[in-house]
Amino acid sequence: MLQNIDMSLVDWSRGQFALTAMYHWLFVPLTLGLSFIVAIMESIYVRTGDPEWKKITKFWMTIFGINFAIGVATGIILEFEFGTNWSKYSWFVGDIFGAPLAIEGIMAFFMESTFIAIMFFGWNKVSRKFHLASTWLTAIGANLSALWILVANAWMQNPVGMHFNPDTARNEMSSFWEVLFSMSAVNKFLHTISAAYILAAIVVVGISAWYLLRNRHIVFAKRSIVVASVFGLIGILNTIGTGDNSAREIAKEQPMKFAAMEALYDGKTHAGLVAAGALKGENKESEIRQRDFIFKLEIPSALSYIVHLSPEGFVPGINDLIYGNTRRGILSFEEKADRGLVAINALRDLKKAKDNDPEKYAELRAQFENPEWVNTYFKYFGYGYFKAHEPAKIIPNVAISFYSFHTMVGLGFFFVLLMFFSLIWSINNKITQRRWFLYVLVWSIPLAYFAHEAGWVLAEMGRQPWIIQDILPTMAAVTNLTSATVQVTFWLFTIVFTALLIAELKIIFKQINLGPKDGGQ
Amino acid sequence: MTAAISYLFLQHYWWIIISLLGSLLVFLLFVQGGQTFILSLGKNDVEKTMIVNAFGRKWEFTFTTLVTFGGAFFASFPLFYATSFGGAYWVWVAILFSFIIQAVSYEFRSKPGNFLGAKTYEVFLFINGLLGPLLLGIAVATFFTGSVFSLDEMNHVIWQSPWKGLEAVTNPMNVILGLAILFLARVLGLLYLLNSIDHQDLLEKVRKKLVLNTVIFLVFFLTFVVWLLFATGYAYDDTGKVFMEKNKYLHNLFQMPLNTLFFLLGVISVLWGLFISLFRNSDKGIWWTGAGTVLTVFALFILVGFNRTSFYPSSYDLSSSLTIENASSSKYTLKTMFFVSFMVPFVVWYIWVAWKAINKKKITEEEMKEESHIY
Repeated sequence: MLQNIDMSLVDWSRGQFALTAMYHWLFVPLTLGLSFIVAIMESIYVRTGDPEWKKITKFWMTIFGINFAIGVATGIILEFEFGTNWSKYSWFVGDIFGAPLAIEGIMAFFMESTFIAIMFFGWNKVSRKFHLASTWLTAIGANLSALWILVANAWMQNPVGMHFNPDTARNEMSSFWEVLFSMSAVNKFLHTISAAYILAAIVVVGISAWYLLRNRHIVFAKRSIVVASVFGLIGILNTIGTGDNSAREIAKEQPMKFAAMEALYDGKTHAGLVAAGALKGENKESEIRQRDFIFKLEIPSALSYIVHLSPEGFVPGINDLIYGNTRRGILSFEEKADRGLVAINALRDLKKAKDNDPEKYAELRAQFENPEWVNTYFKYFGYGYFKAHEPAKIIPNVAISFYSFHTMVGLGFFFVLLMFFSLIWSINNKITQRRWFLYVLVWSIPLAYFAHEAGWVLAEMGRQPWIIQDILPTMAAVTNLTSATVQVTFWLFTIVFTALLIAELKIIFKQINLGPKDGGQ
Repeated sequence: MTAAISYLFLQHYWWIIISLLGSLLVFLLFVQGGQTFILSLGKNDVEKTMIVNAFGRKWEFTFTTLVTFGGAFFASFPLFYATSFGGAYWVWVAILFSFIIQAVSYEFRSKPGNFLGAKTYEVFLFINGLLGPLLLGIAVATFFTGSVFSLDEMNHVIWQSPWKGLEAVTNPMNVILGLAILFLARVLGLLYLLNSIDHQDLLEKVRKKLVLNTVIFLVFFLTFVVWLLFATGYAYDDTGKVFMEKNKYLHNLFQMPLNTLFFLLGVISVLWGLFISLFRNSDKGIWWTGAGTVLTVFALFILVGFNRTSFYPSSYDLSSSLTIENASSSKYTLKTMFFVSFMVPFVVWYIWVAWKAINKKKITEEEMKEESHIY
């Protein structure tokens, strides 16, 4: 099925999307979180009238503005790349996927871009309350835009609320509410935005800690730390809670991703959760390129408990999902590919019959409306593309999935401690005495970004080889371009994004160095 | 009630929304048009900063409208999204590229330690100002002139030119509409400066520039309109079969009189705005010419999408041409989005409130020295 596809084109197209998404995500979480932190700070200023709070607000607002612009720049590319590089995808699921993107524009982007102008330029033009409302509306707009794109992404992980229309050869939406309120969408949204809050909190706390180390802007720094620590602590606790829910959802809807995250090859009850571990290289003799552990630290039965809330629960491994497990009712890859091929062939035959064989067309058309047939065959449509391919093709990269997952989770728990002590020690005024902790706070800034990127690597690489889980392989979604064309744009974007990133970092470092008095006023 | 809404109505309704967003986008390109003057109009740093800040407070509206235009097209006519963006790859990439470098330029230009230097960001703004309107105009012109693509049985696009969209520049009409949009944007940019800046020397220069740019704009625009009146267009019949119809757009003008009225009112309003700015020293020209732009562009979109006209025709394979009937989302999605679109008036309202709040005082030299947030 995939013989005619230029794999180099697929790889470069994926590379380009990954590049854009990863750059984009360097800026977005700070925008999401800092917008609320600034709104909280300005609220305190409006309530107390204390000019120090105005100074604090304006400084963080400046940082917000610098970061916002570059987030917008990379964001527009992402939206249009669905069309430019993934046009088959855009048609196949545009009926469902396009709606959240449009709503994002109408509902969120306008709110964000309208009120951000007042936030920056309205200090002397509108009343204090109007200004404060604008700051809050900017934050709400930014977070609403995250809602819609995350709903769209969650739908790619767990496609619900749709049916296939063979006449148009695409999937069509059947329930907007199912798309919006699927558990995957709810968890993804809450998990991602609360993770953004912790990142923004760490940036604020880290920069403030740097001032304390330099003995500069003491009041500014201490107040910033208190606000950001409370915000960050709430954020990280929510991140962990929703992360737990997400894991359960992944185990249900994307069992292969879940198995890869834990490098679990043989399914079992009382499955342990790997707290830390290192993997060996691929075993070339194994059909599925198995990777064993060099060492691992396991929490007994924890994985079963996470998935089933019971240690007795069975967690399937990669082998179960490839070779099937009749006892547990799991179909083999071979069986799914056969069934998927039946669905693909039915669609081909229907297309052929449409103009010259009305009877056959009617018969095949009825099949696509028959829930039993859809559930038996069409459900595995995407697997049909992999018929005659080795099973390893449907396994995501286990090492990347495993390490990105454990990096993200490990750092998440570290951030709990970080925010907790930063709050406690700043409230009891001991934070300046613990210089080692101030250094830890400063150096945690890159770690927060690292955790975020790891999270997205897991979400997207762990879903492979699917662009839409079980429905459409990434390989079958790419636009018919030459690999050279995409290489040119890949390098073009790499150069521009990198230059802009350097510029943004230099400007931000300069603003930090200038400090709130010069930079923020 | 909702069951009574027909699929055809929703397809037309969504084309109206697309037309509205498209026409607002062309008006908001005044930001891009204005950017093309940053290097030539400001004789010193203060003047340059005033120009940059006048447009810098509005760039997000244009940007957001472009993104929403793309998103709304994706949601309502996904086959267009897949066909045009995936097919005319280089045109869209070039447009996007020009917008990436715009987004950061305002914020970074005057900041210390900005790595590339203020001049580079001004050049970025110039490039965006030039390429954005020109290429968007060329891309939209292909709605009338056609592109070279075909669709396979799964509706996947196969672009027939290795230039992936850039071949559109070989058709003079595409370039003429592109240039018309570019000079319209420049004219609107100048009118916006008249409206938002209080600086005698600068405004005198703006009025001088306005004369030449108006003439050039009118030449290109009228050439396009005359061509349009006599052009053979892409029509389709009851069965959806696309065919060439002589004077199709002229027929559309006759067969859709209300739309023709919009078009004429739009053109008159554009001209009136230019007239009062050039001959009566008015600073309100932007509103007349801006509203006229919205009406005219809206009417052109309707002209190319309604009355059984293919809005994205293929000159290579007529049967692959896109119409609002064969390229749209499902009825369910269009209906869902129909309700979402009820938010639009609310959005327009708060944009208006915010716009007025920021623009109630004109930009002055003093403000540039006192304001804490300067681009």
